[in-house]
Amino acid sequence: MNFDFSDDQKQLRDQARKFLAEKCSPKAVRAVLDGKAPYDKELWKGLAEMGFLGVAIPEEFGGAGAGHLELCVIAEEMGRANAPVPFSSTVYLAAEALLIAGNDAQKKKWLPAIASGEAIGTLALFEGKGNPAPKNVKLTAANGVLNGIKKPVADGAIADFAVVAARTGSSGRDSDVSLFLVDLKAGGVEVKSLTNLDPTRGQAEIAFKDAKAEPLGAAGEGWSILTQVLDRAAVLCAFEQVGGSDRALEMGRDYALDRIAFGRQIGSFQAVKHMLADMYVSATLARSNSYYGAWALSTNAAELPEAAAAARISATQAFQHCAKNNIQVHGGMGFTWEFDCHMYYRRANAMALGLGSLSYWEDQLIDRMRKKNAA
Amino acid sequence: MNFDDTPQEAAFRETARKWIDANAPKEFEEELSKSSLGRIRLAKHDMVEVGKAWQKKKAEGNWACLHWPKEYGGRGATPIEKVIWQQEEGVYGKLTQPFQIGEGMCGPTVMAFGSEEAKRRYLPKLASGEEIWCQLFSEPSAGSDVAGLRTRAEKKGDNWVVNGQKIWTSGAHYSDYGLLIARTDPNVPKHKGLTMFFLDMKSPGVEVRPIRQANGMQEFNEVYFTDVVIPDSQRLGAVGEGWSVSLTTLMNERMSIGARLATGVPEMFEFCSNLMLEEGLAIDDPAVRSKLASWAAKSNGLKFTSYRTISALSKGERPGPENSIGKLVSGMMLQDIATYAMDLQGAAGVLTGNDEETVQGQFQQMLLSSPSMRIAGGTDEILRNIIAERVLGLPGDIRVDKDVPYNKIPTKGR
Repeated sequence: MNFDFSDDQKQLRDQARKFLAEKCSPKAVRAVLDGKAPYDKELWKGLAEMGFLGVAIPEEFGGAGAGHLELCVIAEEMGRANAPVPFSSTVYLAAEALLIAGNDAQKKKWLPAIASGEAIGTLALFEGKGNPAPKNVKLTAANGVLNGIKKPVADGAIADFAVVAARTGSSGRDSDVSLFLVDLKAGGVEVKSLTNLDPTRGQAEIAFKDAKAEPLGAAGEGWSILTQVLDRAAVLCAFEQVGGSDRALEMGRDYALDRIAFGRQIGSFQAVKHMLADMYVSATLARSNSYYGAWALSTNAAELPEAAAAARISATQAFQHCAKNNIQVHGGMGFTWEFDCHMYYRRANAMALGLGSLSYWEDQLIDRMRKKNAA
Repeated sequence: MNFDDTPQEAAFRETARKWIDANAPKEFEEELSKSSLGRIRLAKHDMVEVGKAWQKKKAEGNWACLHWPKEYGGRGATPIEKVIWQQEEGVYGKLTQPFQIGEGMCGPTVMAFGSEEAKRRYLPKLASGEEIWCQLFSEPSAGSDVAGLRTRAEKKGDNWVVNGQKIWTSGAHYSDYGLLIARTDPNVPKHKGLTMFFLDMKSPGVEVRPIRQANGMQEFNEVYFTDVVIPDSQRLGAVGEGWSVSLTTLMNERMSIGARLATGVPEMFEFCSNLMLEEGLAIDDPAVRSKLASWAAKSNGLKFTSYRTISALSKGERPGPENSIGKLVSGMMLQDIATYAMDLQGAAGVLTGNDEETVQGQFQQMLLSSPSMRIAGGTDEILRNIIAERVLGLPGDIRVDKDVPYNKIPTKGR
């Protein structure tokens, strides 16, 4: 059994960590948090130069042609650094949708542009409140144009193109949904920035008014493609969440060692130690579940749906738990704008919703376990 | 990343599988698969006798304590081979319960500190199950703070004379030998006045009394010592070094890597899949699904954590600290699952007999037994301290009795 990343993959992780420590300091994250820029353009350029944006994109489409395990280790570091860039929208959602369902021309047009950092992509799925479900897709597609409103769309205000879920039928079945590619810089698209929990990753409302769109994948296959995209993204996001959990745990641990109260390090009080030990437990469970997700993703295993849901649940819970208790360990200082704790708290809680809520994924896990047990 | 055996591992697995297939007591397979949550009951047979027979057969085939050196009754197997063996032994591994303390704790301590003569005399018989060992550490006033123990051993010529009481001794009533830690000097601080011994449990003055537990069962014992004589040749390590000797024992206790801890999740999943609530099947209820999914994700997390540990072993590396979370997570989960399963049964959940509504009271039994999972082998609180101190590097507790002679430490709170 070799349930671990290879030495090369670990080396890539170290390389990414070193690069991000230099180019994505908390100060750099704060520049975006404080609204000085919608995302860190310099960092995005650097990520492209390092080959990180296209690590899982095949060489024929301008990528590094490595694989999803390599992408997982980079994702972990992106989460650890709280990187203020549209990485998950572009790389986990848009690029994966193109890899799964794009035709040759579509892949040739967008994948090299993603890998080089020239194009930012996103997935436009949600229409107000609610979780991923065919019935919640109301935006319509007819005669090559889209009409309707999507919100929230992650990184929608800075994206060059979007994969859009649209209604193309009214049978009440999953096959009512199809996917489309839309150039957001073309006509018929109105984009409005929305304020959100985590300003280091923007959210937008996008109104499509007779916006020109080309089909991505076969008509009526939209929901099945989307399910695969969300599963893959769930694993990749889980690695970001694992990275964030570890960082929040480290911050709490370091503060508990530095801070003196009642004449001793606060980390010597069991109330604090046990809180940190429980954070370690959550982070460890999340990491192990995510490794299984990585294995399933990289081998395209039949276990991916179940593995992705378990990784998603475990990593969401761990990041929320670690980010929340990191503030608690810091006490009053943790509640200041000046300390970095709230950046992880914001990111953890925003990520918990991005691909659908925790309860949605819990539901998915039970369905998938039942399906397996029945088989 | 893969779950495949190396060629050597695959060959070893094949050898083990074939041997088990030819030799395992298959007549008990069904009963053993049904016993869960650490409780093994065989309707018509004595568990210890059946266990001894299986252990003896394994020893004859060189499969008992296989990671031990050959000269002490083992096979000289690598850690990963031991894990593979445990996976293949499967349900029959439950029969090894009476020998686990000997194999996991007493044996390694004798191996590390015993004389060559003692090792050759005792270890092969321990491995083959011919002689069963128990561990005599905890006392009524020394649980988590085991170094505060009171049992006295006094030197008389070439012998030691022991007086005192131990508690929570699993298997003392069927054990042949015991590993005993006792106080040999009460005038020095508590950690410095301890010494380790082993003794014949049939020695005059040893009295074993079963304890009736909170769940109504009797699995543990109290052991009383009245002027029990132990020859100095049965001392392990130097006089006054008992604490550091005991750390070897306890470290081995936590190395049970291949063993899967019961979490209650498979039982709960099956229960919810079959239970009709007023609105339909329990597993279709959003509240039930949410809890069940969280537990399933935790339980999977534990499984894959152990895979990470096994992978490190397979590469010949030392496993990381991640395996330390197992008992902490599974103990709490068992208790939570039992409570919730009973909640779903409504008023009938109070019944503990062979009632259909309560699936023969399995979760009620789980509820009553689960507190011990959170205490035995290190309480949840001690485990959190270990994670905080050894994994995260946080400071140890301030120990107010550290430099105080043992006989000056207060013994009552008020």
